[in-house]
Amino acid sequence: MLTILFDGVAYGMLLFVLACGLAVTLGLMNFVNLAHGAFAMTGGYVTTVLLNDWHVPFLMALPIAFLATAMLGLLLERTLYVRLYTCGHLDQVLFSIGIVFMSVAAVTYFMGSQQQSFQLPAFLQGRFELELLSVGRYRALVVAMGVAILIILQVILMKTSFGSRLRAAVDDRRVARGLGISVGPIFSLTFAIGSGLAGLGGALGVEIVGLDPNFPLKFMIYFLIVVTVGGTSGLIGPFLASLLLGIADVAGKYYLPDTGSFAIYTLMIVVLLMRPQGLLSKAQ
Amino acid sequence: MFSRSSIAMSWLSALAMALPGVCFAQDTLRIGLIVPMTGPFASTGRMIETGVNLYIKKHGNTVAGRRVEIVLKDDTGTPDIAKRLAQELVTNDKVNLLAGFGLTPVALSVAPLATQAKVPMVVMMAATSTITEASPYIVRTSYTLPQVTEPLADWARKNSIAKVVTLVSDYGPGIDAERAFRERFSSKGGAVAGALRVPLRDPDFSPALQRAADAKADALFVFVPTGAGTSIMKQIIERGLDKSGLKVITAGSIVEDEVLNTLGDAAVGLASTQHYSAAHDSPENREFVADYKAATNGGRPDLPAVHAYDGMHLIYEAVRKTAGSVDGQRLVDAMKGLAWMSPRGPVSIDPDTRDIIQNVYVRKVMRRYGELYNVELETIPDVKDPVKLAKKKSP
Amino acid sequence: MHPAIQMTGRSRNTSFLVEQSRSGLAELAVWTILLLAMFLAPGRHQLLSEIAIVALFVLSLDLIMGYAGIVSLGQAAFFGVGAYSAGLVAIYVTSDPVIGLLVSAAAAGLVGFATSFLVLRGSDLTRLMVTIGVTSLLGEIANKATGITGGADGLQGISIGPLLGLIPFDLYGTTAYGYSLAILFLGIVLARRIVGSSFGLSLRAIRDNQLRASAVGIPVNARLVAIYTISSVYAGVAGALMAQTTQFVSLDVFDFHRSADALLMLVIGGTGYLYGGIIGAGVFKLIQSVLSDATPQYWHFWLGLLLVVLVQVGRTRVIRSIANLLGLGPRQISPQANDAKMSQPR
Repeated sequence: MLTILFDGVAYGMLLFVLACGLAVTLGLMNFVNLAHGAFAMTGGYVTTVLLNDWHVPFLMALPIAFLATAMLGLLLERTLYVRLYTCGHLDQVLFSIGIVFMSVAAVTYFMGSQQQSFQLPAFLQGRFELELLSVGRYRALVVAMGVAILIILQVILMKTSFGSRLRAAVDDRRVARGLGISVGPIFSLTFAIGSGLAGLGGALGVEIVGLDPNFPLKFMIYFLIVVTVGGTSGLIGPFLASLLLGIADVAGKYYLPDTGSFAIYTLMIVVLLMRPQGLLSKAQ
Repeated sequence: MFSRSSIAMSWLSALAMALPGVCFAQDTLRIGLIVPMTGPFASTGRMIETGVNLYIKKHGNTVAGRRVEIVLKDDTGTPDIAKRLAQELVTNDKVNLLAGFGLTPVALSVAPLATQAKVPMVVMMAATSTITEASPYIVRTSYTLPQVTEPLADWARKNSIAKVVTLVSDYGPGIDAERAFRERFSSKGGAVAGALRVPLRDPDFSPALQRAADAKADALFVFVPTGAGTSIMKQIIERGLDKSGLKVITAGSIVEDEVLNTLGDAAVGLASTQHYSAAHDSPENREFVADYKAATNGGRPDLPAVHAYDGMHLIYEAVRKTAGSVDGQRLVDAMKGLAWMSPRGPVSIDPDTRDIIQNVYVRKVMRRYGELYNVELETIPDVKDPVKLAKKKSP
Repeated sequence: MHPAIQMTGRSRNTSFLVEQSRSGLAELAVWTILLLAMFLAPGRHQLLSEIAIVALFVLSLDLIMGYAGIVSLGQAAFFGVGAYSAGLVAIYVTSDPVIGLLVSAAAAGLVGFATSFLVLRGSDLTRLMVTIGVTSLLGEIANKATGITGGADGLQGISIGPLLGLIPFDLYGTTAYGYSLAILFLGIVLARRIVGSSFGLSLRAIRDNQLRASAVGIPVNARLVAIYTISSVYAGVAGALMAQTTQFVSLDVFDFHRSADALLMLVIGGTGYLYGGIIGAGVFKLIQSVLSDATPQYWHFWLGLLLVVLVQVGRTRVIRSIANLLGLGPRQISPQANDAKMSQPR
């Protein structure tokens, strides 16, 4: 029972790490970036190559995956994304889907279309057997990272001057600019961090959900569910939504194997009918 | 207004001209290859393409005086697109044969067309038993799931496995495999303690594996599509299910040659039944594997590659037998009963069902030359599709 | 009546008429092209019939998105219901295609009506996700109901009798194209009546400002339910056409990519003037067909590049110049105007 609960939590945390970058770009910056999964995929492939071909230790590969993806995000933001902040959402959808298509084909070209995987270091394999539950070591790491990322992001957003400038820039770009806040660099940095987090999520996800060139399309809906159900006003909402969805999905499939695959969508519809703006949202 | 629409008209006709032109010469053998080149099943499509090209490169691009031409189309794994492409191949490109077909629904959607147009259709991957019954023009060089699954059930009973949980992906082949295993295993006195189905696009197998662990069975029978096997295996190891005495057995999935090496030593000893292994010990296969590696920069051939290679052989031999005639009915008749030595071992086409008759091997994962391979330990010779065999007996 | 008012009334009327006749000529051009394609491109009827069907499907999305401001990524739900209904009718009831079409329209409309209440509230994002959710649930139901739908193997044994009892469906797709084109034509004619009626005008008022619309006495929810139901009928008919012309239905009809492609095509073709579907579907499918023939492995890359360039250059500009070329005046096209609506309440 508790084991199922823990698996659900771990799955939810993985969803959170994958989707929190989107919560930032879509939720805060109001940019519909459907190519978020492409950044996650980049992180996954970077990690795979580092581990399999360069024999970099796993824990070292994670920050490299984060940085590499963040750099890619920064590059694309400066060259392409920056021109679309003021465009309508439909343009953003069209553009980011285009990026997804290109990334899928490019990865197929360079890496082939087969499933990728790597060997975890021994200390992350296996489980801790506790009194009532048994905890996969790797899943424990994922949960820890999910919580750590939430805390760090929340602190940055709420307690630092960068965070307050970002919030100001998000609320009203023109006024913020008038106050001498350099909106451009702030958005670039935020976008880069969001992409980097996606890359980190992709790297962590290889072991649990696998990795192939279709990753961005396969998981696009999951990311969107997390952000929509969580609400677009901050990170706590998506965090709770990830937990809820992870637990509902795993428990639903465990206890009701015949109808469990309905769980995640039913839950989403019910939540959105009761709270159209998501679990946590600013007062209108 | 007129000028505007005439501009539009000229645009349209320019477009029509830009579309691939139709040319038809008497001395060609045109084969329309319909496979998923993009999407979740792209790796199947690419392997089929490689297998086809390998055969042509090896055996020349002319047969019985006809120059072989392949028209490759990406069906994206979508049945209605595949149907349209097949129609265009038949009517515009005037292909003499259709080949490929990675997924069951795709093969089934094209089947009525093969009948209507009297064009032979060589199925190189889709493995649901019913496919060959959908049209008398379908010939299959892949396999059927019951064909490789029933020998596994027999093997499990012989090796004193009494209680099994099955875990399959919830799609045609998975359900086929589940049914075949359950029926055979129970008929031999085994007990199936649970039948778990996981949605095809499911990223996390942990709930199903937890149920399997709870059932305390001797073995877990798994069938999932290529790729998903890797994450299942990892989660089995993570849960320590392999160490808790639960044996994992499979009819080929999980331990596909394409991904086997990435599973690591935890996979060593895993038992499976299947009709082809890259480690099959024969001169034909050694040559095939070497050629494949050379063509793909060190890749290892897997089922789609060998099915496609054999499919091309079947087509070549049939055209030779008809002395160059490409009449659909004559080609299918020529294919019936053809027998040859494939990289997977001796095979032949069952004249009654147009399915392939082949050896099925019991294998175990072992380390050879520093890599993991499925090493064949037992051979069950000349296995036919048991579903159609049973159908033939019962009425 | 005061003469001045009469004057303005008449002048508005006449300008409306001028616009009507202008668009009439433009429309004539589009239909001429589509009809001529029947004779000029004899080898491409299968593709053309697919384009006509997809155009009808995209039109169904335009009705709710372009005219009522409801964004959706779940039109495949009704496409799927229509496809399975048509397939089941053909197997169990009658092979007559027109009866199958009517039954499918009714079935899809019913499902559309039932689910319309889910999309009345919420932001664009909420509606997108709810519609995705509904589609996924329907797809999952179809997957489980193996006895009825054939499950993952697909619905087999569909055979469609001759059209109107006279014209059989042929291998070259000529009947299929004529049939799909005729239905598309009927669909557009009907849609024009709908959006031009006072009902259609009230929808546009709702799209532009829901609050103001309800303030002037428009029953907002009832109108949205009505157009959503109508739109689902259109999608259902498109699904039925697909099922009848390919004589096969599989779970794929509920797939997310169908809804997503429809949205892409509509955005490419432009919303809110009914022909965005035809233009978007035509452009998208032709490009896809040419690209995937040229490079079956990597055509996604070039398609993606085209989309990125299209947006970077400016979608409106590109669409307007193409539309000018095709003879559709720029006046009818204002994707930007509708985009402005697509913003999230925050």
